[in-house]
Amino acid sequence: MIELQHLSKRFGGRKVEPVQALDDLSLSVPAGSLYGLLGPNGAGKTTALRILCTLLAPDAGQVHVAGVDGLAEPRSVRRLLGYVAQDAAIDKILSGRELLHLQAALHHMGAADRLARTAELIELLAMGTWIDRRCGSYSGGMRRRLDLAAGLLHRPRVLVLDEPTVGLDIESRATIWQVLQQLRDQGTTVLLSSHYLEEVDALADRLAIIDGGRVIAEGTPSSLKGALGGDRVTLRVREFSDEQEAFRVRDLLQACRGVRQVVVNRAQGYSLNLVVEDSGVVEILRRQLAEAHLPVFALAQSRPSLDDVYLQATGRTLSDAELSVAGRRDLKEERKQSMR
Amino acid sequence: MTSASPSIAPVPALSGEPSALAEITQETLALTRRLFVQLARRPSTLVAGVLQPLIWLVLFGALFANAPEGLLPGGISYGRFLGAGVIVFTAFSAALNAGLPVMFDREFGFLNRLLVAPLRSRSSIVFASVLYITSLSLVQSLAIMATAALLGYGWPGGAGLLLVLVTLLLLVFAVTALSLGLAFALPGHIELIAVIFVANLPLLFASTALAPISFMPTWLGWLAALNPLTFAIEPIRAAYAGSFHLTDVVLVAPYGSLNAATCLAILAGLAAGLFLLIRPMLDRKLT
Repeated sequence: MIELQHLSKRFGGRKVEPVQALDDLSLSVPAGSLYGLLGPNGAGKTTALRILCTLLAPDAGQVHVAGVDGLAEPRSVRRLLGYVAQDAAIDKILSGRELLHLQAALHHMGAADRLARTAELIELLAMGTWIDRRCGSYSGGMRRRLDLAAGLLHRPRVLVLDEPTVGLDIESRATIWQVLQQLRDQGTTVLLSSHYLEEVDALADRLAIIDGGRVIAEGTPSSLKGALGGDRVTLRVREFSDEQEAFRVRDLLQACRGVRQVVVNRAQGYSLNLVVEDSGVVEILRRQLAEAHLPVFALAQSRPSLDDVYLQATGRTLSDAELSVAGRRDLKEERKQSMR
Repeated sequence: MTSASPSIAPVPALSGEPSALAEITQETLALTRRLFVQLARRPSTLVAGVLQPLIWLVLFGALFANAPEGLLPGGISYGRFLGAGVIVFTAFSAALNAGLPVMFDREFGFLNRLLVAPLRSRSSIVFASVLYITSLSLVQSLAIMATAALLGYGWPGGAGLLLVLVTLLLLVFAVTALSLGLAFALPGHIELIAVIFVANLPLLFASTALAPISFMPTWLGWLAALNPLTFAIEPIRAAYAGSFHLTDVVLVAPYGSLNAATCLAILAGLAAGLFLLIRPMLDRKLT
């Protein structure tokens, strides 16, 4: 249903340092699936979605939606797509209902269809008690639900959502998850970007992990996790370790039999993430630490997660990737570039 | 979340494609309606927009109320002379600000909502702004004309009203196009407001809104005679002066005399020229 082929996009130029947002990114989203784009902030997810939704032109590459060339026939693609952007774009002066009616007119819906469809979505997303209030008074969850309704109003064949549940309360998040699953079950292709591992793991039929503007892993959540093999161990020698100690423990455990990989997780207070052959290795780890007179504050063993898939591909955890990007992103410049 | 969920599955596209005109009309009216709803819920914009020109009219009229008779061309009173200038300047200021809502829509991401919709023509965004500003300007102008009539400055009559409407429409279209072009070319609202601030009053003073060209030094007279505001002011002023024909000379400029029809043609050319000039930029930004 969605084909993104060899997309490249570079931002910046004379005044700011150029950033390669997309670097030969390709992915294919099957029709009727719920597809997740997972990656840290700044990985290129939003840029890819903005190109798909015809808001941005790529420097190179091809975009096709249901066989329609998105670069040659953008209007045809817009008719197929519903887009829910990262920041809910609402008019604070209008009521939610008025905003939906405006959206319906922009999609050239007739009056009867507009009224019926608006009523359906108000019911579906449980917006009845507040839809006639001005949007300026809405909470983040209300705004997001309204934005989702606006994206669904014209019954799109493809729904594209950019980080749809960031900062939402549990109830709003559950509502959105349920609607997305229902849409997928009824045949809509849903493409969702997120940096929440559990969200993509719970919702997506397939996913692509993006890092540095490229797809670094692609498949079903279970196949990606299953391909890793081994068990995961999270170790904390003290409640608050320093960097020096964390690296000393890493070097110590790296040499143990049955340990495949040890990564220092800065984002989690210098805890250690280990990939081990099997559960028997845990006892070896405990023994090794005891011999080195090191305490064990916490040690947990688990099956591989999507974070481990990311770790395997990039050598760092998703949280570390978020932290490393946080200090380097020029949010003002990004906002400027997102303006049309 | 409701348990009995309505269908949200995609449905096949309609087979019959509506006409382009019908779709553009629907888009334009929906966007215009949004601007009017905003105005209705923030009426201070309208109240200030009507009060300000009235204050100009009353204060400036009073300032020169005791000017010697026969000072102005045609021997008209200063109040009557001023009315046309205030009407045009009010419409000009409103049109120059037309880009601000679009700039805020850019900054807050609302424009993206419009751009991901399958608009038949993204010129609908421009047309909606022109419709809104023209309507607003007409309300302001009617208030100015009514006040001017109450102050004894005269009334342009039926044909004069039609002329005011046509003149303002041309001027508003030209200046709105310019303002929307600036809204897409400039990086943010601070820069746009700065441009509006710098352009507004100098264009007023370098026109015939407050004084005739014959009162001005040569260099300023040339500027006023080339200023688009002057081409809008002089036909309206002639309508206020009494019997009026499109072939009557309304502007005696350093480069020659112009009749009302020529002034309107210049305004029409300016509107078309500015629209064509900014069109590539709008296309680049809106496609």
